[in-house]
Amino acid sequence: MVNKIYDSASEALHDLLEDGLLIAAGGFGLCGLPERLIDAVRDSGVKDLTFASNNAGVDNEGIGKLLRTHQVRKMIASYVGENKEFERQYLAGELEVEFCPQGTLAERMRAGGAGIPAFYTRTGVGTLVAEGKETGTFDGQDYILERGIFADLSLVKAWKADETGNLVFRKTARNFNVPAATCGKICVAEVEEIVPVGSLDPDHIHLPGVYVQRLIVGVPYDKKIEFRTVRERELA
Amino acid sequence: MAQDGKGWSRAQMAERAARELQDGYYVNLGIGIPTLVANYVPQGMTVTLQSENGMLGIGPFPYDDEVDADLINAGKQTISELPQSAYFDSAQSFAMIRGGHIDLTVLGAMEVSERGDIANWMIPGKMIKGMGGAMDLVAGVRKIIVVMEHCSRNGDSKFVPECSLPLTGKNVVDMIVTDLAVFQRPETGKPFRLIELAPGITCDEVKSRTTASFEMLDPA
Repeated sequence: MVNKIYDSASEALHDLLEDGLLIAAGGFGLCGLPERLIDAVRDSGVKDLTFASNNAGVDNEGIGKLLRTHQVRKMIASYVGENKEFERQYLAGELEVEFCPQGTLAERMRAGGAGIPAFYTRTGVGTLVAEGKETGTFDGQDYILERGIFADLSLVKAWKADETGNLVFRKTARNFNVPAATCGKICVAEVEEIVPVGSLDPDHIHLPGVYVQRLIVGVPYDKKIEFRTVRERELA
Repeated sequence: MAQDGKGWSRAQMAERAARELQDGYYVNLGIGIPTLVANYVPQGMTVTLQSENGMLGIGPFPYDDEVDADLINAGKQTISELPQSAYFDSAQSFAMIRGGHIDLTVLGAMEVSERGDIANWMIPGKMIKGMGGAMDLVAGVRKIIVVMEHCSRNGDSKFVPECSLPLTGKNVVDMIVTDLAVFQRPETGKPFRLIELAPGITCDEVKSRTTASFEMLDPA
């Protein structure tokens, strides 16, 4: 069996990183972020990166760490609020941003992973998003043509993996990790636990190991929460 | 709320929007006043809330000792799950939104035009945060309700002949609930009609504070 398991994030990435890569990353806000892998990208010092990722992290978390070190040239994202350094670089023209509707971004990754170079969608018709894009009319409805994303590298975070790279995610931490994993030439996944083959129910695999080339265990995780909202327990 | 206790409060606007819910609906609620709609689901009605980061069946905020960083809504707030909840990835989440499987969405807006265009994602010259899932929602969900204050802070009508801000979607809005009134159109391409007034508000008052043209309330 080919060994997919590496001892650390930097080891898993050591021969994959170079300047100018297009990297697809999973995560929604700070939930389900491949934080160990992002740290290893930062430590490697590669630059001029393009990231396809729903968000750009916050100031000192997620891709925000790579903005701080000026390693990112371009972001393809749907929402970039809550990030002062992003705002500064964007307004100063140091960072290129391609705003992409969230569903279009997920579908562009899914399409790339499925070998689909482009697809039509209604999302964005008649808006700035449609500018410069081909259009089509089907059954009387207007659509715009969006491109699939074919990334050089995918960085994702899952809950559990088996030794062959079958992945299981936990709750809403799945988010963009699945489509991001499929659209890269090579995918590195960080997980909380690697279990022996046979321990995961084949019917409960969220992402088959065919999409995952390298694995690391990233524990311990100190999972960050952007907005902690709670309710009071009613007194019995 | 309008002066002198007239008109609807934010909570009352949410309550009014909630009257559009139907048993069995799958619904996506935007951030702000739309989120409050969840507090007014009529008794005995089952409504399933969708969160576009990958969940159907959003539960209430968790108890303090049940907070889980892996369980958040699209506003990045911690939430809880229900016995019938389901999780999925972002591509699946937007497939159900874009494929017309979500019955209703309630969104906030900066402007809505008399032709049903909506602008709610960008003010040129200011910091741009991005559209998130709003463009997908207005393009794919079956019924689009906008809940917004009737006028901006400086008193300008937000229901306008033509949006001045970059659009989120063109010809997509079905209903507008403001603090003064409710407007509805039977289908895209038809004009909006004033169908309901908030307490203490007159047709003339709505007309004087609205730049969009709309059909008047049917005489009772």
